[in-house]
Parts: sequence; C-alpha cells; structure tokens
Amino acid sequence: MKAHIRVTALVASALTAIAANAQSAQTPVSKHLARNLAAQCANCHGTNGHSVAEVPSLAGQNAAVLVNKMKDYKDGKQQATIMHQLAKGYSDEQIALIADYFSKQPK
Amino acid sequence: MTTFNRRDFVKSAGAISLLGASAITGCASVGGSAKPRVVIVGGGYGGATAAKYIAMWSEGKIDVTLVERGDTFVSCPLSNLVIGGSKQIGDISVSYDGLNKYGIRRVKGEAVGFDADKKTLALADGTSLPFDRLILSPGIDFMLESLPGLATAEARNKVLAAWKAGPETVALRKQLVDMKDGGVYAIQIPKAPYRCPPGPYERACQVAWYFQQAKPKSKVLILDANEDVVSKKGLFMKAWNGQFKGLVEYRNNQEIQDVDARTNTLKMSFGDDVKADVLNVLPPMRAGNIATQNGLNNSNKRWCQIDWLTYESTAVKNVHILGDALQIAPAMPKSGHMANQHAKVCAAAVIALLTGDVVNAAPMVANTCYSFIDDKNVVHVASVHRYDAAQKTMVTVAGSGGLSADANRTEGIFANSWARNIWADMLA
Repeated sequence: MKAHIRVTALVASALTAIAANAQSAQTPVSKHLARNLAAQCANCHGTNGHSVAEVPSLAGQNAAVLVNKMKDYKDGKQQATIMHQLAKGYSDEQIALIADYFSKQPK
Repeated sequence: MTTFNRRDFVKSAGAISLLGASAITGCASVGGSAKPRVVIVGGGYGGATAAKYIAMWSEGKIDVTLVERGDTFVSCPLSNLVIGGSKQIGDISVSYDGLNKYGIRRVKGEAVGFDADKKTLALADGTSLPFDRLILSPGIDFMLESLPGLATAEARNKVLAAWKAGPETVALRKQLVDMKDGGVYAIQIPKAPYRCPPGPYERACQVAWYFQQAKPKSKVLILDANEDVVSKKGLFMKAWNGQFKGLVEYRNNQEIQDVDARTNTLKMSFGDDVKADVLNVLPPMRAGNIATQNGLNNSNKRWCQIDWLTYESTAVKNVHILGDALQIAPAMPKSGHMANQHAKVCAAAVIALLTGDVVNAAPMVANTCYSFIDDKNVVHVASVHRYDAAQKTMVTVAGSGGLSADANRTEGIFANSWARNIWADMLA
C-alpha cells in the first residue's frame, strides 16, 4: 500500500515535471504519453502487456513492483540478457508512467 | 494542414464517389457523421502495426484500410532459420485475419501511385482509394540498374537475393539442399545502408550450421562490400572462428560490378572473378517502388526523409512513411522491430492530427534485434532512441543499449518469444 502511494505520487510528479518541461518549450503535452511509452514494450511483452509467449506479461502487474524492477535493471542489481540495457534508456519519470499504464491494464 | 477539417473532407469525399460502398460513406459524410480515413500500404512490420494501432487506439473513430499484395504475412526476421533448415516457411507465416476484429478493411492489391491533391491512392487494377492521411510502409526494392546481369527474372530466380521472405527463402533452401557436399555457398553483401544490418552474417551462420551437419566438406564464403562486419562483429567473428572454424571465410571490401547468373560468377570490382555453387547476391537497396516512383525518396534519391514527430514525408503533405524506406536517424537500424516502433509513433500522431488532438512532442523508440548463430544460440543488439527537438531527429539515449556478452540459449528462447509477441502485436 505504501509502495502504491509512492508510485502514484511518482506518476503525478512525473506528469507535472513533463508538463513543466513542455510548457517551457511552449509545447502542449499529449495526454497519451504513458500509452505511447508503454507501446514500446509490446514488441517483446505483448500488446498492452499481454504476452503470448515466454517473456512475462506486464498487464495488471503492481506498478511499484515494476518501477523497482526497472530501477534494479538500471542500477545493475538485477541480472538480465537485455532489460538492463533497455532500462537505461528511460528516465525515472518515464518508467513511472509506463508502470502505471501497465498496472491499469486488465490481466 | 495539420488538422483534418470539413472542407478538405468534403473535397476528398467528392473525389471518391466512384467507389461503391465508400461512396455511400462519402455521401453520408456531408451530413456530418463521416470518419476520417487512413489508407495504409504494405502489411509488413510497419504497415500492419500502424493499421492495428490506429484502429485500436482510435476506438473506431478512424476508418482504416490496409492495402497488401500478399495473402499471408511472412516474416523476414527468423527467415534465415528456414534457409538453415531448423524452421519451415509455415513457422514464420501469419494470417492477416486477426486484423478483422479491429474493423480494418483489407484490400488485396498493389498500390502504384497516389494523387496528393485529390488524396487518392491508385491500385494496379485501376481502382482508387480515398484517404485523408496515407501511410506507406513499402520496405525496400533493389537497385538492379547497378547490376545488369540481374536484369531478367530468370537470372534473379537463379542467383537469389531471398531478402524478402517468401518463395525465394524456400528456393534458396532448396539450392543448398541440392548442392553437392564440397560445394561453396557465397553471399555478397552490399554497402550499408541496407535492410537488416546483421541479417547477412546471421544467414552465413545458418548456412554454416547446416553444412556442419549435412555437408561438412562445404564452405561459406562471405563477400562483404563493406570495410568491416557491419553489425555484431565480435559476436559473429567468434562463431566463424569458433564453432564454424574452417567452414566460413570472411572477405571485406568485396564490391561487385556485375553478376553472371548463367555461370554463377561474380565480376568483382577488384580482383579475380568469384564462382560459387550457390550464389546469393543482395543487390544495393533503396526505398520501395511506390516511394521512389512518386518523389518521396528525397535523400540521395534512395531513402525517404520524414518529420520524426509524425512520420510525415518532408516531400509530400499528408503522406507518412515507415520502416526500412526511411533515411534513418543516426544509429537507427533498418529492422522489423524498428518499423513496428515507427508505426506506433506514427499511429499516435495520425490519430492526433485527424481528431484535433496534441501530437506527442517527445516520442521514443527502442530496438531489439536478435540473430541466431545456430538453431538455439542467439545474440542481440539493443538501443533506445529519443526525439531531440534541437536537432529535429532521433538520437540514442546515452548509456542505453548494448550487445550480448556471448551467444546463449536463454536468448534463443527470448528470440522465439519475441517473434510470437511482435507478430501478435502486428496481426492479432
């Protein structure tokens, strides 16, 4: 529960931060930012996080768990074949948005 | 011009009134209930993904038509395994029927041109399809003008490219099966950029793997026009000097002047002719015909430049381009995975443009590319790219991406899993 609140706060702050950056550049923010970011994961993890093969599904997973996993990949605490290299491509704010999106998809 | 407006729509609706069922929709549109229309050409990794995601994300608010000349999708990724013999062509083929549930209209046919003012796409059979936005995912075609010896279909059926998965994939496999033990298979690689940078080297591994089991006295000869191995060099060299030692010979700077298909001989730019029992030539490539024949190839007359926020052509308004046909951004490979990612950025942008919504100003794409060394062991290269507003292009995110440490079986499982998921992401 505590973790959930933390992620919710992170998502809110992520959106605020992204909106602030965008406003400074006078560019409105797409309301589909999380959806668009999460769509990048679908090639390996399935459309909207529904995997049809060995790679795990992300749909309906706890957002805090996903955020922590990605953090561990980024920090090198979690061994991987490829996720440690991909995780480093995304900011904490982006990861929070992606995790929130998948957590809201039906399992 | 960036948002769909009623006047444009009425104009295009008028232009299409010869189209039977569409004309009815067109007439109804004047009453105000019409949907914006997107026509997509090419049902590969880019086009099929764009069709699905526009239909799915717009929740039926956009009318989507996919034009494809083939009956079934056949994947280029994993097609080298058919050549190596560990997979059959059916294993890498997927029906388009999965797209029906999204309400996507499929048209079987060959698109030959478009009228950007009237907003109509012309098909080879004479019909035309109206659009508000056109998305082309035309892949590559070969620059055969540089190789007169491959001018005829007869020559190209003998000296195969097999660089578009399908009948040629099967035909190349048959040539290898029919070849005597002790023969030479030669693959000639054009200068980069070409479709799938590691693909030729993966193919060399697959053929070597087959020879090792079935024809151990045979040899794989790689004739690379490039100065060096273009992709995953260390990992491929390790295989050629390790598990395939004695089976594979790599030669760099091997440009060709022409091909003699009758005698299976390469006329080299420098040095003696090279003859092979099975000759596999990948001619230089450019954007697919519909792009190059309609003025979209505004980069060296070979590739298409786009706005990376929308994938709209910089040459023609309302026409978007995806996949291998693009003039790539720095360090962005021409891969099926990349085309799928292009398609989603484009889908989001096209929906936004047609519904008066905001276009995402910070798109990102990622690439994952697996290569099979044998039937089970796999290596990858991965990268993440973000839009850079100052440079107006995609750049790699610093510190991201990388290669496998070594070929391994885990990634063999993941590569097969990747294929099933990306095919479902496009077509199911």
